[in-house]
Parts: sequence; structure tokens; C-alpha cells
Amino acid sequence: MASVLPAFSLADMAGEDRAFPNGSPALVCFVKEDCPTCNLVMPLLQAAHDAGDVPLLAAGQTADGNRTLIERHGLTMPLLDDSTLKVSFAYDVETVPLVLLANADGEETDRLVGFDRAEWRTFFENHLPEAVVDWESLPKWRPGCGSLTQDPVIAERLRAESENSPLRARKIEIAPADDVHEFLFDQGFTDGLPVVPPTPERVLRMLGGTRRDSQEVIAEIPPNYAPATVEKIAINAVLAGCKPEYMPVVIATVEAICNRTFNIHGVNATTMGASPLMIVNGPIRDRIGMNKGLGVLGQGSRANAAIGRAVRLAVRNIGGAKPGGTERSTLGNPMKYTMCFPEWEERSPWEPLHVERGFAPEDSVVTVFAMSSGPALCIDQSSRTAKQLAGSFGLSMEAAHHVRAHNAGDVLLVISPEHVDTLQRDGFTKDDIREQIQKVTARPLADLASTEDAGGGLAPERLAAMPEERRLRPTPKFASKDNIHIVVAGAEAGKFSGVFHGWAGGDIGSIPVSHKIED
Amino acid sequence: MATILDPTDERVPVARTVTPRAGPIRGNVALLDISKPRGNILLDHLETRLAERLPDVNINRYAKPTFTKPAPDALRRDIRDGNDFVIEALAD
Repeated sequence: MASVLPAFSLADMAGEDRAFPNGSPALVCFVKEDCPTCNLVMPLLQAAHDAGDVPLLAAGQTADGNRTLIERHGLTMPLLDDSTLKVSFAYDVETVPLVLLANADGEETDRLVGFDRAEWRTFFENHLPEAVVDWESLPKWRPGCGSLTQDPVIAERLRAESENSPLRARKIEIAPADDVHEFLFDQGFTDGLPVVPPTPERVLRMLGGTRRDSQEVIAEIPPNYAPATVEKIAINAVLAGCKPEYMPVVIATVEAICNRTFNIHGVNATTMGASPLMIVNGPIRDRIGMNKGLGVLGQGSRANAAIGRAVRLAVRNIGGAKPGGTERSTLGNPMKYTMCFPEWEERSPWEPLHVERGFAPEDSVVTVFAMSSGPALCIDQSSRTAKQLAGSFGLSMEAAHHVRAHNAGDVLLVISPEHVDTLQRDGFTKDDIREQIQKVTARPLADLASTEDAGGGLAPERLAAMPEERRLRPTPKFASKDNIHIVVAGAEAGKFSGVFHGWAGGDIGSIPVSHKIED
Repeated sequence: MATILDPTDERVPVARTVTPRAGPIRGNVALLDISKPRGNILLDHLETRLAERLPDVNINRYAKPTFTKPAPDALRRDIRDGNDFVIEALAD
């Protein structure tokens, strides 16, 4: 079945609209001025027009170029203005010159691309017998040129504007007199730092980083429980400064924090000031250039910084969690801008976090923790045995929330390579570390009560009401050793490990969630 | 004209914020001449009209040194501290 060519209406240089199809056969042509082959065939198109066998609808891809072509070749044929490239895009023109013969129903019956003298001659003899052309004066063959619609920047714009564009989000026009960055601040789209304007072209590029459909709903983000489509996540990833290849991590993280057990609503709303901390494991870490070494918890890595920020901005913009609204943190913390880093699995003698949590080593996985502060450093340059060092970690970790706050929930220990070496020398496992932390922090409840000199901890009257056995029973810092999460990261030099303190744990608060990262 | 895509859930219309309206005109009104030609004449007429219609309003006149540059900080502070309203004459 013959293909029906797209209908269009374009103005010629006199401003008169020319429509296709119009009930009679037509020659639809696409040319651009800076294409030598187009210039070669312009006299042929003029001859076709003069012969009058078939009405000619020749579309030029730039308005200035059309004027130049008319002047250069003394054209009297109408040249249509397709400077918006909408018609060229609709025809999916790859190469110019392109000549299409359509019948009265608008169906394509023949075509020419570029210039092959024999083909053009046959075409003219078959369809335009009255045209006068000196074929022998023409070269045998000339390649066509790329259509302007194939220019990568233009192609993205056209794809964004087309009817089957994957973009559905509301478009916001910013007046020329407005400063784009100030506008983005004024609209409340930012976290207080400048953002990258999410133009349709940038969002399209961002969507190229995932195979998922742009309208797939990944999660509903509280407090608005608004649907987070892949497109909306991509818009926020652009704002945050992400590269398209970060998208799978951003999407998986949004999915992870919206798991009900993680309780992102509570994490946002708590006056204690918790924030999602994201750890990435698996092959994707290196593929997207995440920093797992020097300064891993700090600034300087685009992937670490932008992924964490994209998730935060998605929560803010899609979910509607904003400070002063449902986000009610007393002090806040810098993790509310971003906190995302990979584990340095290769520098660790132990199973990486995601394998401990049930995934295969070759899986890429993000794990989210609700953390209220950190990294608080454990500075220990003197421990020479694993036992000493693990005990040292424990004493440092006892400060989480309050020294007297025992039976605590989750904590994350980021062990630096030099400390790893000390632990490894004595063959310590992660479990050995956890047990030593629990051992050195185990104190009788009687020692954990508020006193006249320092408050915090158990209320004295509550302690007094307890049976003696309970008062004297040693109680470790953490409710369970499973609350102690351990990863390896950081620079080779430095006996400094870091501790992140959790928020309310378990069912009343947040439970860490791991989610596989899919392309 | 730049176009961006809305990063929010689109429940709220995009608002171009306008400073909250101050209600009835009373107190001090600044007339700011940006120093374009004849701006002072425009403001003279305006001052006359305002004095007729709002006899209880006190009018203060100010002028920027040049229309080509933003007002100096000190001038902006003076206007802000001493007035409830500002009318700026662009004179174009």
C-alpha cells in the first residue's frame, strides 16, 4: 500500500499559504541553501515548475536561505518557508534534496534523494516530460546533505515539540525580561542553590538515560502523594545537574524512599531533622564515575552530588515537602541538600552492603538510610589491634543522639581504608566489629539516667521503678547488632572513620530499604 | 522566551508573584526621577495631582544620578526607610 504523505500548509515567500494535499498530484521537495547539491538541482526544480506538469511545493529549511536561493538562481517557482522545520520533521527528512511525487490522494508514488543524473532523468521523463533540461551538462552523481532536522540540537527541540513527544509536563514560559535563574528561585523550585533550567531539550536528553517509559509512575511521593513519573523525575534530575546516565540510580532511589517501610513522609516531617542517605553498590558506581575514595562524603563529585540532590529535589517539588510546610526540622542538616556515595567494595575484605542485604554481587543496588546527623568522625590513630579499633568505634558511636540514649536504632559506620587494614590484619569480620561495639557500649541502665549535673537519658523516677536486675543489666548502645551497618569508603591515607546517626528506627520510624537499579 | 518544564506535581498554577497590595494610600509617597529627560516635569504634574487628591499624603522627591545604572544603595535605603509607596517615573 502506498504511504500517505503528511498533510501540511506552508507560506511561500509572498506570504501565501500553500497546502498539501490539494486534490491534485504534487511534487513535494525539501532543500536547504547551504547544500551544494540542492543548489545543483534548483534549476531542475525551476524547469519542472515551468513545464507545469505537476504543481511544485518546494520547502526551504531557512528563511534567509530561501531568499538567497531565489536570488542566486533567479527562481520564479514558489519556495515555501519551513524554517520551523516542522514539516521537514514530520516527513522525517534525512537528506536534502528530497523530492517526493504524490498522487491526488497525497500518496507517495516516486522519490529522489540527493542527485543521481540517471535517476533524475528517468524521473523527469516519466513524470515531467515537458521539462527542458540539458542533462549532459550535469554531473553524474552528487551526494545529498544532511537535513537541518538531523542537527542534534535541532532534532531534540523538534522531538520535544512534536505531537508524539515523550514530554507531557506543563510548559512554563519565562519572559525575556525575566532572569531564568531568579525565576526558578521565585517559583520555589530550588533547594537554595542555583539549578539547571529544565528546558524540554535537556529533559529529553535526561530521558535518554533510562529505558523506562516517560509516563511510567515510579512512586507516589508524600506529602502530596503525587505521581512521580519518569518524566517528572528527569525534570528534577536536570535541575540537580545530573547526567542522563545517572537516571537509573535516581529512579531506583525515588522508588526506595517511597517504600512505606522507609517512611519518607516521617523522615521529612520530623523536627529531629532526618534525611535520606543513599549508598550505591555494584557495577554502576564506576560506569557513571562515582567517587568512592578521597573526600567521598564531601563535595567535588558530580555523580555523588547530583544524584542525591535530584532525589531531594524530587521530594521537594513532586512530593511538596518544603521547609516550613510539612518539612519541620528544628535545625536541618546538610544532608538535606544531598548525601549519596558508593561503597568502595574493592577495598573491602568483607561482603559489600548489597550482598549482605541479599543481592548478587553483580547487581547494582541503592540502599537508603534515614540519618539525622553525620559524618561524626571517629579519630583513632593509636589502636593497633582490631579489637581495640572496633571498641574505639563503639565508644565514638555512643554519642549518637545522646551518650545516654541506649537501645538505639540504625547507625552507619563508614570505615576508611587505613582502619580497614587494622581490622583485616586480625581477621575481624563485620560481625566481630558489631559485637565489639555492643560489648564496649553495654552499660547498666543505672548509669544511663539523668543526673543533676547532666540531663538526658532515663528519667530517675523511671529507673527507680525498675527491679534491681533490670537496673543493673548491661544494655548496649544499639537495640540489635543488626542496627549497625558497615561500609568501606574514603581515601587511602587517614585513620578516620565516619559515623552517621540514624533517626527513629523500626516500625515507628524508618527501616533501611535496598532497591535494585535497572536500566 | 525561555521554556522550561514544570518540576512539580502541577497542583498549583504557576504564579508570577506581585507584591501584596498596600490598600489605601497614606503616609509618605516617594516620587523617584530616574534622570531621563523631562522625567522631572512628569513628576511635577503627578505631584500636583496627588496633592489635590490626597492632601494628607506627604510627598518626597528623589532622583537617581543616572538612568543608566541602578540606584545607589544609600538612595535605595533612604527611599525604603522614609516612605510607604514609591512611584518611579521612567519618562520614556
